[in-house]
Amino acid sequence: MGLNISKLPNGPEMYVGEGFGLTQIEKVIGMARANSIWPLPFATSCCGIEFMATMASTYDLGRFGAERLSFSPRQADLLMVMGTIAKKMGPVLKQVYTQMAEPKWVIAVGACASSGGIFDTYSVLQGIDKVIPVDVYVPGCPPPPEAILDGILKIQELIKNEPLRRRESAEYNDLLHSYQID
Amino acid sequence: MAEVNNQMLGESISAQFGNQVLSVEETYGTLDIVVEKSIIIPLIKWLKTHDKFQVNFLTSLCGVHFPEQNDRELSVVYHLHSFINNIRFRIHVFLPASQLEIPTLTTLFAGANWMERETFEFYGIKFIGHPDLRIILNVEDMDYHPLLKQYPLVDATRTDKDDKYFGR
Amino acid sequence: MINISDDNFEKHKALNGQDQSDQELKQYNYLNLGPTHPATHGIFQNILKMDGEVIVDAQPTIGYIHRAFEKLAENRPFYQITTITDRLNYCSSPINNIGWHLTVEKLLGVKTPKRLDYLRVIIMELARIADHIICNSVVAVDTGALTGFLYVFQWREKIYEIYEEICGARLTTNIGRIGGFERDFSEKVFAKINNLLTELPAALSEFEKLVMRNRIFMDRTVNVGGITGERALEYSFTGPNLRAAGVDYDVRVMTPYCSYEDFDFTIPVGSSGDTYDRFCVRQEEMWQSISIIKQALKNLPKGDFHADVPEFYLPPKEEVYNTMEGLIWHFKIVMGEINVPKGQVYQSVEGGNGELGFYLVSDGGRQPYRLHIRRPCFIYYQAYPEMIKGSMLSDAILTMSSMNVIAGELDA
Repeated sequence: MGLNISKLPNGPEMYVGEGFGLTQIEKVIGMARANSIWPLPFATSCCGIEFMATMASTYDLGRFGAERLSFSPRQADLLMVMGTIAKKMGPVLKQVYTQMAEPKWVIAVGACASSGGIFDTYSVLQGIDKVIPVDVYVPGCPPPPEAILDGILKIQELIKNEPLRRRESAEYNDLLHSYQID
Repeated sequence: MAEVNNQMLGESISAQFGNQVLSVEETYGTLDIVVEKSIIIPLIKWLKTHDKFQVNFLTSLCGVHFPEQNDRELSVVYHLHSFINNIRFRIHVFLPASQLEIPTLTTLFAGANWMERETFEFYGIKFIGHPDLRIILNVEDMDYHPLLKQYPLVDATRTDKDDKYFGR
Repeated sequence: MINISDDNFEKHKALNGQDQSDQELKQYNYLNLGPTHPATHGIFQNILKMDGEVIVDAQPTIGYIHRAFEKLAENRPFYQITTITDRLNYCSSPINNIGWHLTVEKLLGVKTPKRLDYLRVIIMELARIADHIICNSVVAVDTGALTGFLYVFQWREKIYEIYEEICGARLTTNIGRIGGFERDFSEKVFAKINNLLTELPAALSEFEKLVMRNRIFMDRTVNVGGITGERALEYSFTGPNLRAAGVDYDVRVMTPYCSYEDFDFTIPVGSSGDTYDRFCVRQEEMWQSISIIKQALKNLPKGDFHADVPEFYLPPKEEVYNTMEGLIWHFKIVMGEINVPKGQVYQSVEGGNGELGFYLVSDGGRQPYRLHIRRPCFIYYQAYPEMIKGSMLSDAILTMSSMNVIAGELDA
C-alpha cells in the first residue's frame, strides 16, 4: 500500500491512503481559518463606499468565504480599516483592535489608512501603523474592488501559512508591546 | 417680485443704519456689505423681518484671517439669501486680533450653532451668547486655532517625515 | 449601556428621602452610539439619553474624520484642489469637482460653450442618481430589506463604468479640469449612458414596487424623524431633506448654473419632512435626473468640450511635445504659476445632499487665500438631536441614514 501525495483545491498537501489523509494540523487549521474570515469593516470614508461595492452583487466578497461581516470586534478575525483615520479617531481604532480576540489580522485599505494619503495635515494620523500593527496594505485612493479582493487573497495566504504558535511567540509579544498593546 | 435688486438693497441698508455701514460694493454680481460689529445682529434681524426683503436663509458663516491688516485682522463673513426675492449677498464684519468677540447669530438662525463653533475652532473668534461654544472638529485638547495663517498645515510635532526629503 | 439596577434605584430613593415623587427619581439610561457603530454608516458619535427605548436627548460629537480641507486648499494651486473636493461627498464626487471648476471659472470670468454645459449636466445628474441609489438602498437595508441594496447597486456599478470611460476613475473621479473636460466623450460613453437609461428605469420601478408601498417599510418610515419646513429653514437645510419638508428650494432652479435653465424638470417636494418623504423625494429626483439626461442627450449641441482658457486648460499633448508655446503653457499650469484676479466669489451647486457652496477669496496668488466650503451635511446634521427626540432607537438609525449624512462632507 503506497501513499499518494494529493492536494485539495485551495487545501494543504496531503498524503492520502485508503480512507485517510495525513497532513499537519497547522495546515488544516490554516485552511479553515483562511476560508472563513469574519471581517470587521472599519469604514470611515471613501474607501468604505468601494467596500460596499466589493460586498455588493458585482464583486461579491462572499465568494472568498468572507460573507459574514462581523460588526462586533469580539467575533471578528480581520480588521479592515478603510478610510482616513483622524487623530481623534486613533484611540477608538486602537480600542477596537484590542477588543478583538486572537488570532487577528489587519488590512489597511487605501492610501489614507496606509500612510495618511494626500491628507498630510495637522488633524490626520499618518497611517494606522502608528497605532496598530498592519499585515497587508492595499494601495489606491480609493482602491478599486479588485484591489480590495486582492488584499483579502493576500491575507488568506498569510493566514494559511501562519504557524500555530506564532501568537505566543516572543516576537509577536514584542510587536504588540511596541504599540503599547498588552 | 423682481423689484428687489442689489442696488436697492444696498441703499436701503445704508439708509437704515447710516454710517455704521462701512462700505457697500458689488463684486461678481454679489453685494458685499461691510458693517460695524455693533449692528450685525440688529441688521440681520431687520433684514429677516423686513416685509420686502425677507432674508430667511443663512447660507453660510465663516471666518477669514488677514494678518497684515492692522486692527482688522479677522473677519466674519455671513452669506445670506432671500428665497422670496432670490437675492444673495454677503455681510462682512472685521475684528481686531486683540478683541475677537462678536454676538452670536444663534438667536436668529438655529443653524448658526455649528457654523459658529467651527469658526471659533478655526480662528478663535468668540461668539458672545452662544449656547455651547466648544471645539467641534478637532481633538478636544487642541490648543491653537489651526486656520490662522501663522500655523503650518503640517503638524509641527510630527517626527516621522524627514524634512530634507520634502524640501522643507 | 449603563443600566441602573433596581438595587441602585432603591438606594437612590433612600438617600434622597421619600418626599420626592417617583417621577423625579426616574433614572435615564445613557447609550453611547458610535463612533464605530454598525448601524450609523460612518463615524459619528451620539450619546443618547434614553428613557427605556425612547430617546430623550442626544449629544452628537463629530470630527472623527476631520481632514483640514480648508487649510489644505490654502496650500495648493487651484487645479489641485479638485482632488480634495472629490473626498467631500464621495458618493457624488463629479458634482463637487464641477462645482469647484465653476467657482474658479466664475472668478476668472470664463464663458463656457454650450456643449460643455450639457456634458457637465449629464455627468452631474448621473452622479446624483449614484448618490441617491446609495442613500435609498441603505434606508431600505435599515428597514430590513437587503435585496433592494444588492439589486440596485448593479446600476451604480454601471454609472462607475461611465465615469471610468470618461476620466479613468470610479469613485474619486477628479473629473474634468478648470475650463472643461480633458477630452470629448467617446462613442462608447454615449452607448453606455444610453444603455443605462434603458435599463435603470425598470430596476428603479422594481425597487419602488419592493419598498414604497410595503407595509413594513411604511410602518417604519412614515412619521419618523420629521421636521417642519420652518424649522428646516431655521437650520439652513438644503437639498432633498429641505424639499421633503415642503420647501421647493433647488439651486439648479434658483440660481441656474451650467445651463440648467434649458432643461424641463420638476422639483419633487414632500409635506412632513419625515423619513418616508425624504425617501420618496430622492426616488423622484432620480426619475427627474433620468429625464434631464435624456433631454441633454437629445439636444446636445455640437461644439467645443472646453472653454478657451489657455492659462488653465492644459494644451493637447501634441502641442506640448511639438511646439514651444504649448510646452510653456503646460509647464506654467502644472507648476501653478498662473496668477488669478483678486476678488471673492461664491458659487454653489446642487449636490447630492443640497447646496454645496464654495466661497473663494483670492489675493491674486497661485493658491486660494481662503476657501470656505459650505457643506450641506455639516449644516443639517446639527438638527439631528431635535429630529430624533421622542422617537425609538431603531427609528433614530433610520432617520440618520435617510438624511444621508456623509462623514467626509460633514467633517471636511
